Amino acid sequence: MTHISVEDVSFGYTASPVVRNMTFTVEAGEYVGVIGPNGSGKSTLLQLVLGLYEPDEGTISLFGQPSRAFVDRDRVGYVAQDVTENTKEMPITVAEVVLMGRFPHAGFGRISSDDRKRTREALRTVGIDHLADRKITKLSGGQRQRAYIARALAGEADVLVLDEPTVGVDAESVEAFFDLLERLNDNGMTILLVEHDIEAVLEHTDRVLCLNRELYFDGPPETFVESDALARAYGIDTRRGEVTT
Amino acid sequence: MSVTPTIPLATGDTASVVPGVTGVPTDALGWIIDRWSDLLSAVGDAAGIEMLQYGFMHRAFLVGILIAVMAPLIGTFLVHRQLALIGDALAHTAFAGVAVGLFINAVLDVGISPYLSAVVVAMIAALAIELISEVTDAYNDVSMAIVLSTGFALGAVLISLNAGGLAVGINQYLFGNLATVSRSNAMILIGLFLIVTLVVGTTYKQLLYVTFDETAARVAGLNVPWYNRVMTMLTAMVVVGAMQIMGVILVAAMLVVPVAGAAQLARSFREALLASIILAELAVLVGITLSFQYEATAGGTIVLVAVGLYVGAVLLGKVQSTRDIEDDIHATAEERPAD
Repeated sequence: MTHISVEDVSFGYTASPVVRNMTFTVEAGEYVGVIGPNGSGKSTLLQLVLGLYEPDEGTISLFGQPSRAFVDRDRVGYVAQDVTENTKEMPITVAEVVLMGRFPHAGFGRISSDDRKRTREALRTVGIDHLADRKITKLSGGQRQRAYIARALAGEADVLVLDEPTVGVDAESVEAFFDLLERLNDNGMTILLVEHDIEAVLEHTDRVLCLNRELYFDGPPETFVESDALARAYGIDTRRGEVTT
Repeated sequence: MSVTPTIPLATGDTASVVPGVTGVPTDALGWIIDRWSDLLSAVGDAAGIEMLQYGFMHRAFLVGILIAVMAPLIGTFLVHRQLALIGDALAHTAFAGVAVGLFINAVLDVGISPYLSAVVVAMIAALAIELISEVTDAYNDVSMAIVLSTGFALGAVLISLNAGGLAVGINQYLFGNLATVSRSNAMILIGLFLIVTLVVGTTYKQLLYVTFDETAARVAGLNVPWYNRVMTMLTAMVVVGAMQIMGVILVAAMLVVPVAGAAQLARSFREALLASIILAELAVLVGITLSFQYEATAGGTIVLVAVGLYVGAVLLGKVQSTRDIEDDIHATAEERPAD
């Protein structure tokens, strides 16, 4: 089943488009990494997919519905770069944040014991159930990202969309973080990951989208390494591992 | 402003002038106020407390207790969205609303409660703040500053136009007054209280999601602009309600100070809500009592007590967090040998 479908999409905040004539689909259970230089439209593409913006041209669908009008919102989990930037002082526990994943299911009704059970399960899956009653602001960057993934899991998401989740996370935690994503993917989670670390994307994902305003490459990491897509997209003569974005 | 409703709620002390459709709810509210008065009189007689012998003190305590629930309830969401100053902005427009009410009363010779016109004008201003920031993409504090100055300017102009009759009563709105909490004002406040608590009770989850992470809330399909508008409208109601005893200038303190204190102590959002309400209740009860004993202005006394509690909370919070860090160090020290 097709989870995400992007058809000939163009979009720009101003007259010059940030995303140009992009077409690709993501099937159920795929693990897709999106790479590209700064300002290449990676984050914008994610936001278009999530339905936060309307494309100027073309259509985007989630689970076969137009993404702007998409109703099964809980099927998509979103993990951004550290969102606690603006909520530094907010007193809220990890369990309370993860429980938010249940809010779209509960609507205006009460939180049920089933909601709390799923919250605990999600915390266990990402391995931070012992931190449930901590303030989220007291967690390390890696632990916080796990909490946001747990929120998506608690919401029973089928697709996980991550926007540079490892920014500000220490190297050791990054490894563990990718292990977690791999485990979730093995259990059938569709993952769309935007990441500045090309090396990590090539190592962990099954499929690479390389873009710089338009799509330069779409295929498995092995083929990507042999192609010249990286040099073309980044517009410089680079070798793997030496790209700074 | 033609939108001011012409509900003939008199500022006088009698509920009997309210006819027709509003009769039943006002009767019910009046009954509640009467029973509350009976209760406090009985307590006052039994314990020999002088200040509980006066009807106006009964109403002051009732209004104060309700304000101390709804102000931090809304304030907790505002403060954690970095919107602490919105209360100030709306208080100044509520002042304009009072001036509008007094002006209409003087010109048209009717008896509209200035608090009702204040509610309406403040809610229009609340929408204006949201619309300005949505339409112009300006930061929220810019739109707040614009609405704040417009409100105060409008109030000042209206009062100067009709200086003879208006200037006399304006002090009570600027600084608030315990003794002027009339029976109908208390009714308006109970009504506002019911609306605010019901709306927050129903939309608690949505408001929390929007407060914590606006983008994720949008991805989850919440209509964020709509909840923002609900939030500012509720703020307008709280501000007008609290204006009776706090006064325009100090009203924002009730939205912010107890919440800031609670944030120092609480770990979870629910704890923070509860703690802020407790701190606000303490501030209001102690403040009203002190202001009666020493014949000081109630608004100022309440705010000073609240700030005192805030300082206490900060100190307590520091002690707590040092202890937490020590606990963590002990915990990791104990874990290490097991590795």
